[in-house]
Amino acid sequence: MNYTSQKHLTYNPSLTRNIGNKALTIISALFSIISVLPLILVIIYVLIKGGSYINIETLILEPEPPGDDLLTAGGIGPAITGTFIMTVIASIISIPVGVGGGIYLAEYSKSGRFAKFIRFGSNVLAGVPSIIAGVFIYAIIVSTKILFGSMFSGIAGGISLSILMLPTIIKTTDEALKLVPNDMRRAAFGIGASKFTMITNITLPAAFTSISTGVLLALARAAGETAPLIFTALFSRYYITSFDDLFYEMGSLSVLIYNFALEPYEAQNQLAWAASFILVVVLLSLNILSRWIGTLGAFSKHKV
Amino acid sequence: MDKASTSKFSLRTRTTSEKLIDVGFKNIVVAMASMVAVVLFSIFAVVYYESTESISRYGLRFLFSSAWNPVTDEYGAFTAIYGTLFTSIASLVIAIPLGVGTAIFITENIIPKYLRNVIGLMVELLAAIPSVVLGLWAVFIMEPFIRPFLNTIYEIFGFIPFFSTQPLGAGMMPAILILVVMILPIITSISKDSLKQVPSKLRQAAYGIGASRWTTIFQVIIPAAISGITGGVLLALGRAMGETMAVTMIIGNSNNFSWSIFAPSYTISSMLANQFGEADGSQVSSLMYAALILMVLTLLVNVFAQWIVKKLSLKYQ
Repeated sequence: MNYTSQKHLTYNPSLTRNIGNKALTIISALFSIISVLPLILVIIYVLIKGGSYINIETLILEPEPPGDDLLTAGGIGPAITGTFIMTVIASIISIPVGVGGGIYLAEYSKSGRFAKFIRFGSNVLAGVPSIIAGVFIYAIIVSTKILFGSMFSGIAGGISLSILMLPTIIKTTDEALKLVPNDMRRAAFGIGASKFTMITNITLPAAFTSISTGVLLALARAAGETAPLIFTALFSRYYITSFDDLFYEMGSLSVLIYNFALEPYEAQNQLAWAASFILVVVLLSLNILSRWIGTLGAFSKHKV
Repeated sequence: MDKASTSKFSLRTRTTSEKLIDVGFKNIVVAMASMVAVVLFSIFAVVYYESTESISRYGLRFLFSSAWNPVTDEYGAFTAIYGTLFTSIASLVIAIPLGVGTAIFITENIIPKYLRNVIGLMVELLAAIPSVVLGLWAVFIMEPFIRPFLNTIYEIFGFIPFFSTQPLGAGMMPAILILVVMILPIITSISKDSLKQVPSKLRQAAYGIGASRWTTIFQVIIPAAISGITGGVLLALGRAMGETMAVTMIIGNSNNFSWSIFAPSYTISSMLANQFGEADGSQVSSLMYAALILMVLTLLVNVFAQWIVKKLSLKYQ
């Protein structure tokens, strides 16, 4: 072998293609850093700025009315319970409907025309802007006073959040059930199970971890939503004290952040940061929890 | 077979109640699945019904007028429509290279796998941050930070209409930047998934005939994954158009039309968030008309996204 051919076979960093390759690799690394940067910055600011305003009083007190330049603006207690209650209402509606819809798509009509239409519809519903859900609930529930004469209410807020959760839950249930091997279904039928028994005793338990991942993600998304709440649940500075209070305005962390961030007073802004701290910590934990549950799944894509 | 075993496994038919449960369950899940269609149609029907007054009064003129005056009862959504389209498309232009670049970086074997997973996880966690928190961050941290840079641009390029007003806080440019932050995770995670699904044979074949890493990426991997990437980009566009809170907090909420990206502006969703609570009479109807336009826009983008994914993905399967 002569010298020239060997020279062509060794890596030559000054070749145009090698320089170009290096440059593009560096650019893509740079882009990744830019993409990750916002998360790091947002988390740092929320944790440091928000965390510094967290104390027992902030967590349990009711917020003071904005307007006066107070030393403290009270706390975010009612907003925490409000977010919790409305998310629970949204789950009570959307989890049964979503899981039921997903069961229909995956178990009863895999590729029928109606199932295709519903899959398409839930994709479209997932793309409907969240503020439209608020406008819709405002038009059919708040302005018509259909809920026992109450206008803005925690229940209306919960219903509008459930619209946002529904498509995610349907989709994840559908996909989770599809990953359950057909052998299990045939085995269940083979020993004489009815379709109802087969679904409730075999496929649903098998798909349970994947479904709960999707439900948790939907829940996390709903808990952070603001747009559907600003004219359905509105905002309230008070704790709910009785069942009847569900039919009145209800505060939430996200609307508190929105309202108080735009106030010109420092004390209110600090409360908004404290509320962000709680919201971000809870939502990130929910997300990480759902990812962890996802790795436990018996029929996740990687294991079957 | 003796008698004992036959009695142990006796043959029986399903009882009536079991059959009823079976049929009833099917009907219940059908009804639940139909809820999606019911909700979707009633959203359209309600928004359309509520906006009929404005539709019959303004017709298509509504789309091209930027008058928004509750006193004289004269409404037009041009500023908001322009703002919606401009902010979402501009944010897309910035987010596509960043998102796809990141997706490539974390699917190639440039850095160790656990680092790639960490970057992927971080970008996806960014999607978990509520939009109102990003808005808060944008108002108090990001906007004051970028204002000097925007001011420099204004001083140098102020003669161009796009940069012709002085940045004074809230405006279109910060809104575009926060939209970039919000849609980056969508583009990155969907692009990552579709890049991962490209068969490794394609890559090895390209390396085998002497293609370099980036030639392979640009000429083999990206074309093979283009359906997923396009779908992700369109989904991100739909999300950007409908995004409300962060944009409302930072865009300045002004209905005065301006070419400048430093001037306060409006999007349809921020207009809804701002005015819907206090609106009455024909203003509600006009806001509903604007909501209908927003719905139709996002619907078109989403349907187109689903169609294009189907259309393009056939090629490589």
